[in-house]
Amino acid sequence: MKALVWHGKEDVRYDTVSDPQIEHPRDAIIKVTSCAICGSDLHLFHNLIPAMLPGDILGHESMGEVVEVGSAAKGTLKKGDRVVIPFTIQCGECDQCRRGNFSVCQRTNRKGELGDKAFGHRTAGLFGYTHLTGGYPGGQAEYLRVPFADTTHVKVPDGIDDEKLLFLSDILPTGWQAAVQADIQPGDTVAIWGCGPVGQMTIRSATLLGAEQVIAIDHLPERLGMAAAAGAITINFMEESVIDRLNELTGGEGPHKCIDAVGAESHVNTGQPDTLLDRAKQMLMAENDRPHVLREMIYVCRPAGVISIIGVYTGLIDKIPMGQAMNKGLTFRMAQAHVPRWTGDLLRRIEDGQIDPSFVITHKVDLSQGPEMYRTFRDKADSCIKVMLRP
Amino acid sequence: MSLTNLTHIARSQGDPRIERKGPSSLTGPDRLARALGWFSIGLGVAELVAPGRIARTLGLDGKEGLIRAYGARELASAVPTLSINKPVGLAARLGGDALDLATLATALHRDNPQRRNAAIATAVVAGIALLDLAAYAGVKAVHRRDPGSERDYSDRSGLPRGAEASRGLARKDFRIPPDYRAEGTVADALPTSGA
Repeated sequence: MKALVWHGKEDVRYDTVSDPQIEHPRDAIIKVTSCAICGSDLHLFHNLIPAMLPGDILGHESMGEVVEVGSAAKGTLKKGDRVVIPFTIQCGECDQCRRGNFSVCQRTNRKGELGDKAFGHRTAGLFGYTHLTGGYPGGQAEYLRVPFADTTHVKVPDGIDDEKLLFLSDILPTGWQAAVQADIQPGDTVAIWGCGPVGQMTIRSATLLGAEQVIAIDHLPERLGMAAAAGAITINFMEESVIDRLNELTGGEGPHKCIDAVGAESHVNTGQPDTLLDRAKQMLMAENDRPHVLREMIYVCRPAGVISIIGVYTGLIDKIPMGQAMNKGLTFRMAQAHVPRWTGDLLRRIEDGQIDPSFVITHKVDLSQGPEMYRTFRDKADSCIKVMLRP
Repeated sequence: MSLTNLTHIARSQGDPRIERKGPSSLTGPDRLARALGWFSIGLGVAELVAPGRIARTLGLDGKEGLIRAYGARELASAVPTLSINKPVGLAARLGGDALDLATLATALHRDNPQRRNAAIATAVVAGIALLDLAAYAGVKAVHRRDPGSERDYSDRSGLPRGAEASRGLARKDFRIPPDYRAEGTVADALPTSGA
């Protein structure tokens, strides 16, 4: 089959690989009908997260049709089922899964000892996202083996386009969880840093959850335009001071809720000198991430407010103003999305016409164009916000 | 055995394995920049560990300290050249090329018995400067984001009922789960005045 394979920093190739095989009775194999490149794939493209190996297949946003089912998954899946595959692999039985904390499932990371060392305790297995999370082949491919398939799928009905359903795999529940873990209440002002695909889903989620004022922060005009289309007030941080503008919009009080949909790779520019220092340290491997957004959120958030972190961080960060955070009594919530916790509800909202996630797709191309699209997406060229791939 | 074959030991039996490699996301200028970055490391290490030998070969006796400093400069420019911010590293390399050429020019006088070596080194540095220039222009071109070419996505609300009609729509049938509540209800628990 064909697949997008990681060979090293900035080196993704459209390779011919062997087909995946069922290994365990709970496995299933799907024929991928649609998949996507996620913003967090760019952290792998930039080799920021250790434990990628040349030959790893990328991709954690996939959907398709079940073509083979292991004996233990036959109770819940059958050939021909149309499924979206969450990026998190969950057993559904461990203590964390029973609590709904699916992204920290304790049983699905097949290289859990690496996770134990890196994170202190292992997290769930993820598709195509380093050997710290199991080294599972990803879904930017023609076929995908789904481990723990009986609990790692979302059955979706026929009659709705892939475009509307694919993002149940990641960015829609991720954006939703970003808003939910901010505990958005009617009347809240919610500031969202980053108008990439997850930021865009977060903006819509915050609106659906009743935020009175949603403020979107980025510097790319096309992304800010897409944010404004959902009613967000936009701030271009290259043109105005984020802190001044947020204070102005909130009568000097600061936003009630601040959401980080940027994570490890804050935009580097001279207007934000800390990003220059972070970038230099990153190059010298003295710091993993550039946490400018986190610093800014802590500074501007209203006392007793909530900081919700959904953008992916990869490791160690410097100069976090804990004194400000502690003295202002901020609440921090963060996690990789616990995808299946939200997908049933979100599928119903798609069917009900409350949200149509296909709005975010700006590029729809054949899988063979994947390597080129990684470049386009990373360079923010051609107004690229979200790439959907068809194997 | 290629690296990708070697890494197959980290995979399980049912995992796909590479049979044939295909086209890469790396462009020609990216590869050239990468090669120049590694060249910088090689030259930088040589200048740091053997400045005396380089000085003698070029007839630059007495300039060992300067050569060692150039070695450090080569390593410093290699880091961004090998990173995703290649233009920064390549620009630094071009500046370094100019310094190298200026220093070599001082060794091209007739009294220098190593003048021939210095002339060869000058030609090599000039050639590498051209490669640096080509790589710099190349990576700038292939990773360019054309200013003013933004598409208009102002019709992509993603909220079929419109933004205002959608505000709070989910609250009709969704409550923030108790384990996700962050805002306390302490105020409600405070004793009311006169109580």
